[in-house]
Amino acid sequence: MTREIIGMVFILLGIMFDFFGVLGLVRLPDVYNRLQAATKCVTFGSAGILFGVFIIQGFNSFGFKVILGIVFIFLTSPVSAHAISRAAHQSKIPLAKESVVDQYQEDNELKD
Amino acid sequence: MKIQQRSRLFVFIFSFLVWCALTSIKDIQEVVAGVFVATLVSIVAGKFLITSETSEHILKRILSSIRYLFRFLWEMAKANLHVAFIVLHPSLPIKPGIVKIKTTLTKDSAITVLTNSITLTPGTLTVDVNPEKNEIYVHWIDVLSTDVTKNTKTIGGKFETLLTEVFE
Repeated sequence: MTREIIGMVFILLGIMFDFFGVLGLVRLPDVYNRLQAATKCVTFGSAGILFGVFIIQGFNSFGFKVILGIVFIFLTSPVSAHAISRAAHQSKIPLAKESVVDQYQEDNELKD
Repeated sequence: MKIQQRSRLFVFIFSFLVWCALTSIKDIQEVVAGVFVATLVSIVAGKFLITSETSEHILKRILSSIRYLFRFLWEMAKANLHVAFIVLHPSLPIKPGIVKIKTTLTKDSAITVLTNSITLTPGTLTVDVNPEKNEIYVHWIDVLSTDVTKNTKTIGGKFETLLTEVFE
């Protein structure tokens, strides 16, 4: 019983952070800032939901699959964010107009 | 034993253990299938796990990696609260920009872990790595300064000393 309550608390926290991530996806101005919200909050939120499921299920083959899912989310989410942001910068998508500095652009211009 | 063979053996044992945990063995057929799959995996991708001969200080490195894991989880929780604060704030207090930082790590695996941790910690997202000059380009949601050495300290400094202990 207590185990289920603790698991539910983790699932609720996860859903809350997923919601913040989606809100950031809508509100923030450009692709880079949106990626920030999407990677951090959605990684943590999904991991939280899966961890809640693990606590409810306990150590059996189902719970182990959930743990494996958490590990893979943590490994792949930053890598995909990095790939998307690099591809966006290479296809010359500009930063939002609030931006103050772009040292990557400066260095690329030096190289050309 | 050569490094490659040792790496293959290690991959075999590891993948077989994962298989056992996934299926929670009830039958001999599952064991046979597990041995078959683990052999296949270790033949195809076995030689990439261990690439260098470093077996000294193994206990110290495990301890540092556990310390690193806890610090990483703490930073990640902070990152989420930071993003939640920005997103819920009515006037969106952001000052974004891409800055450059330097790193002293040289191994590929160490740099990968460092960049992944930078991506998941408050306000920063790795955009690109320049392996020749050991430079990392980071998108920062709240730029405090444009000075390279100062940024290296604020963004990478938290992890870099621990990662040096773990990997080098």
